[in-house]
Amino acid sequence: MKKTLITAVAALMAAAPAMAELTFTSLSYRTGPYAAGGIPFADGYADYFTLLNERDGGINGVPTRMIECETGYNTEKGVECYESTKGEGALVYQPLSTGITYQLIPKTTADDIPMHTMGYGRTSAANGDVFSHTFNYPANYWNGASGAVNYLLEINGGDIKGKKIALVYHNSAYGKEPIRTLEELQKKHGFELSLLPVDHPGQEQKSQWLQIRRERPDYVVMYGWGVMNQVAIQEAANIRFPMENFIGIWWSGAEHDVIPSGAKSDGYKALTFHNVGRDFPVFDDMQKYVVDAGKAAGAGDQVGNVLYNRGMYAAMLAAEAAKTAMEIHGTKDITPGMMRDGMENLEITEEKMAALGMPNFGPSFKVSCANHGGPGLIGVTQWDADTQTWSLISDFKPTDTEVIGGLIEGDSASYASENNIEAQCK
Amino acid sequence: MPVAFLNFMEVTMNGLMAGVLYALVALGFVLIYKASGIFNYAQGVMALFSALTLVGIMEGQVPFSHLINALLGTEIHHFGWHINAFFGILFTMVVMVGLAYCVQRFVFRHLVGQEPIILFMATIGLAYFMEGLGDLMWGSDIKTLAVGLPQGGSFAIEDLTATWAAEGERYYGMYIDQLDIVATVVAAILVIALVLFAQYTKQGRAMRAVADDHQAALSVGISLNFIWVLVWSLAGFVAIVAGVMWGAKSGVQFSLSLIALKALPVLMLGGFTSIPGAIVGGLIIGVGEKLFEYQFGPMLGGATENWFAYVLALLFLVFRPQGLFGEKIIERV
Repeated sequence: MKKTLITAVAALMAAAPAMAELTFTSLSYRTGPYAAGGIPFADGYADYFTLLNERDGGINGVPTRMIECETGYNTEKGVECYESTKGEGALVYQPLSTGITYQLIPKTTADDIPMHTMGYGRTSAANGDVFSHTFNYPANYWNGASGAVNYLLEINGGDIKGKKIALVYHNSAYGKEPIRTLEELQKKHGFELSLLPVDHPGQEQKSQWLQIRRERPDYVVMYGWGVMNQVAIQEAANIRFPMENFIGIWWSGAEHDVIPSGAKSDGYKALTFHNVGRDFPVFDDMQKYVVDAGKAAGAGDQVGNVLYNRGMYAAMLAAEAAKTAMEIHGTKDITPGMMRDGMENLEITEEKMAALGMPNFGPSFKVSCANHGGPGLIGVTQWDADTQTWSLISDFKPTDTEVIGGLIEGDSASYASENNIEAQCK
Repeated sequence: MPVAFLNFMEVTMNGLMAGVLYALVALGFVLIYKASGIFNYAQGVMALFSALTLVGIMEGQVPFSHLINALLGTEIHHFGWHINAFFGILFTMVVMVGLAYCVQRFVFRHLVGQEPIILFMATIGLAYFMEGLGDLMWGSDIKTLAVGLPQGGSFAIEDLTATWAAEGERYYGMYIDQLDIVATVVAAILVIALVLFAQYTKQGRAMRAVADDHQAALSVGISLNFIWVLVWSLAGFVAIVAGVMWGAKSGVQFSLSLIALKALPVLMLGGFTSIPGAIVGGLIIGVGEKLFEYQFGPMLGGATENWFAYVLALLFLVFRPQGLFGEKIIERV
């Protein structure tokens, strides 16, 4: 009798269709020197998928599964994470490191798995004609550089000729990204550009800030990461550089970058491609279904922070791309290849964002085969040290596509010729 | 005075003060190496751990709270107290002494007589263990260190020197960071205290005896275990000072452990066994790298300090392998 029962149960299990799951991976760094930036992003990314599971039963009713792998912001570990998780059916990778991104571009292309490098990675991957599996919408580093210049034009009545702009940058491939764009824009707008590299990790920047104090640039733009950000903001405060003239890229504009400097960081600005704060309906659901239910990825104390919002935004874009893939292919059981198609046909509208509880959280845009980089709309945020909050002070505005487009074309053409890649968009 | 000369002086002064901060880290290495022959790779992490502990104690943070909450389903994070910096440092010192005892009792006591490379490897293990322990105890978020240290340039020095430039020249006065001035005073007090301790106390003399010759020290009844715990405790105290000074600049965060990289050229130059060597080495490295960056950085694309410090140290090594103040290496056949 017992044997018959077991056989019947086994037969039933074999006959039942397998419960589909949508697998997403998070290459995170919750440990090491960059953990303060890695934790909120990873929490936001994971919590959004938890919210979808708890509130909606997943994406279009299909539950999601999150695989998190710790990279420690180390490129070798990041590649190991990719190799060890790709067999799990990961639909998309979000490597959260420019170094890891460079290593994964050829691997993901060969494995037919898409990769989303939102606001980081190889900028010219915006050219989908060459980089078939890499997407960096809605903005990239070069949009950031142009966004900073456009903002300075805006607050100077459209004329920055003769103004002195200093770029303080992390002396790495990432930090050097804006140089070519700024040099091109320098020719166009006639400002004076000085370059001040800071070696990793950036704990000692006295020379750079003494030089800034001597040369008195009108504005300082920073491409920093990790401890470099906190030290730069502290040093700027020390030499009494006006904080409102100090603008960081989005990786230099989180709460933990400004809080150590206390009141002196008041007025510091940062570029952004998504909104800040937690005044959005989605956070009510996040609190109810995820944090209060004890299902948050972390301690639940990061909700609404800049990098938490960025992680959540990245997850939302991944989920919407999965929905698009389901529509295109007429199935809920999508593969990474189908997900790539979903990403390439993704359209984000304000109506869609509002319906998701994220009105004006990010720009509206449409991805295409040729344009994997989105519209490159850039906003500016400012830190209020009294209330300990960031506010969006300049809405998402277009960047110089003429200059950036030329640079993307040139860089991606070099990559294509080095790797014998043929144009994929007909 | 010409502005170029004043700028040169400003860079020199700031280089000297940066050198003091490097020397603070190097001192911890010297203390342990001198007494036990161990190159303590974990010194940078000790500075991080002590700064994390100091902030945690001052802010009343419950250690291991994430672990406790995960295991017991509780929601405890703070004891609800805030204590001042003096008592915070005192309690942190107690923790560092406890750590020194544990390091000696559970690690190095079992490695007595092993090759230096084995001891070095043990300190690498210790560094990673302490980094993980610090993360588990206090979390990995960036913490603000509010011990009342002054920040920013000194107005008095700026005002005083602003008039030194020749008439008509644009000059804003000399910039000297108040935190660097405090660090210099603290480092001077620390070195004097260490020298007095080593010269005039029983434990200090025993420490020097152990440093000179372990076997001879043992033969006159000095407890090696006690001295090593003492030395690790002193290195822990130096780590607190370094952690506070560096943590005040950037907030207390895990990259603080990388300050050890700044100490290596100082040690190469000043020698691994000399306290004055650490100070003089720090000053030479600080001034050398800052002046090089000032004079040649713009021509070379900037960011020369990290590598130039090592070039400077290598130059000294070529002519004096034991470092400026290191003990002369004499091989007898």
